[in-house]
Amino acid sequence: MLDATLAELSGALSSRKLSSVELTRACLERIARHDRQLNAFIEVGEAQALEAAQRADQRIAAGRGEPLTGIPIAHKDIFCTRRFRTTCGSRMLENYTSPYDAHVVERFDQAGAVVVGKCNMDEFAMGSSSETSHFGPVRNPWDPQRVPGGSSGGSAAAVAARLVPGATGTDTGGSIRQPAALSGVCGLKPTYGVVSRYGMVAFASSLDQAGCLARSAEDLALMLNVMAGFDPRDSTSLERPKEDYGRSLGLQLKGLRIGLPKQYFVQGVDPDVRRAVEESVRWFESQGASKVEVDLPNAALGVPVYYVIAPAEASSNLARFDGVRYGHRAADPADLMDLYCRTRAEGFGAEVKRRILVGTYVLSHGYYDAYYLQAQKVRRLIAADFARAFERCDLLLGPVAPSTAFPIGDKAQDPVQMYLGDIFTVPTSLAGLPCLSIPCGFDGKGLPIGLQLMGNYFSEAQLLGAAHRYQQATDWHRRVPRATPL
Amino acid sequence: MSLAPDDVRRIARLARIAIEPEESSTVLESLNRVLELVGEMRKVDTAGIEPMAHALDLVQRLRPDQVAEADRRATYQSVAPAAADGLYLVPKVIE
Repeated sequence: MLDATLAELSGALSSRKLSSVELTRACLERIARHDRQLNAFIEVGEAQALEAAQRADQRIAAGRGEPLTGIPIAHKDIFCTRRFRTTCGSRMLENYTSPYDAHVVERFDQAGAVVVGKCNMDEFAMGSSSETSHFGPVRNPWDPQRVPGGSSGGSAAAVAARLVPGATGTDTGGSIRQPAALSGVCGLKPTYGVVSRYGMVAFASSLDQAGCLARSAEDLALMLNVMAGFDPRDSTSLERPKEDYGRSLGLQLKGLRIGLPKQYFVQGVDPDVRRAVEESVRWFESQGASKVEVDLPNAALGVPVYYVIAPAEASSNLARFDGVRYGHRAADPADLMDLYCRTRAEGFGAEVKRRILVGTYVLSHGYYDAYYLQAQKVRRLIAADFARAFERCDLLLGPVAPSTAFPIGDKAQDPVQMYLGDIFTVPTSLAGLPCLSIPCGFDGKGLPIGLQLMGNYFSEAQLLGAAHRYQQATDWHRRVPRATPL
Repeated sequence: MSLAPDDVRRIARLARIAIEPEESSTVLESLNRVLELVGEMRKVDTAGIEPMAHALDLVQRLRPDQVAEADRRATYQSVAPAAADGLYLVPKVIE
């Protein structure tokens, strides 16, 4: 039962072959068995999960079930919840319980999903390894000595280890796709603005986008159907007609034009990663898709541009943590300045401080034009590259990350090495495009490899369709991690 | 162009983050590594390019000028580290 996908479980629940209480109990038992090792959860709420499962069973019995009714899920601990603490992986919010629920949390509640707990993550979503959490690093179920990727590493590890069939995540520069790739699960970052950011702790507001992680593309479609939609409480939420993101699961691959950005197949990409991605391209060709080489000449500037814009916006967003309104407060302050400075020194970890300091510098008097404004101009060049590419192809394929999961501690001391690993995820983030990561093979060490599908604005259904067709012909997404056997 | 110790003190004060003297050289070094990395994008010719502030170049949505929010001061202050009589408490600012 635990190995079933969310879609399969949904079918079993609605046909009453399985009850939500049984399923939820099985997930909770598996969490109890494996999470001491993985550290994928910051908080688990057994009693409230079982209560929600009972309500879901009654709802299904009354014939009012929806696809996610009764399905256990977990939220990344960046989404505000009234029923759980919301720590964002930080000491600053260690004891914070939000007075309101995030839009995404409300949506899953309304759909009848059963929230089992909150997932560990890099502090304030700043990181690519889930090592910067105040609550300790998350471990990769394929090899517990390695990172699961980040920042949604707890969500990715929980889904990979079959602790839950699906989890929410957020992606600012790759924080859903990269952990999905490194942990061997599927992850979707929708077009910027498709999912409301209300109640999602802000990192870099022009880039932050909520999405989901699950074990199949079909599952992601079911989750996005719940999450997406207009919300007046987020000023960047898009007013668009409701879509069924699963409508193209039967996508015709014949004639599909697949673009291969030459900047994504360069030296520096692990040979095993490259081989697996190229093999998946050949599979699409064998189904009648055609291959187009595309040029994204400014893509290599993605990392430098991102590491100006994201810290700049973070320095502004994180100014709210002042020890006055909520969160950590330093003891016995000498004066107001001392209260601010010590509260923030004590409450934030090293990586968060580093980004706030970089952001403060690039926005400061005399440097704004040279850094922040220049970065926004190069951002437009990067977005224009994608616009040109999509005149010639329907979607782009490439690796998600240049390598597979690396050992815990390997890059923790060198921020620049860590940042360079985001090379294939930040360009589409800057452009605001939808992207998907799905498993496409394993390297020589048995670690999962991710294939990235990148589409034009609002092409989520098409991306999910192409991924679903691939997953009908392959079984990479059904492999079970070694450290957490069924 | 790299930062000097004085720059770090100035930035840390602007950011309201206390930095202990023993951390300052490590912080300086890592900031300079990051600035060296991001410096790559400063060389690009961007004459005539409009800055892109937002992925979809949206215009700010406006709402009707009506009271839409209830008064939730008590709820919001319930999570404050120190509040009394509807006020947030901070160290004395005016002597």
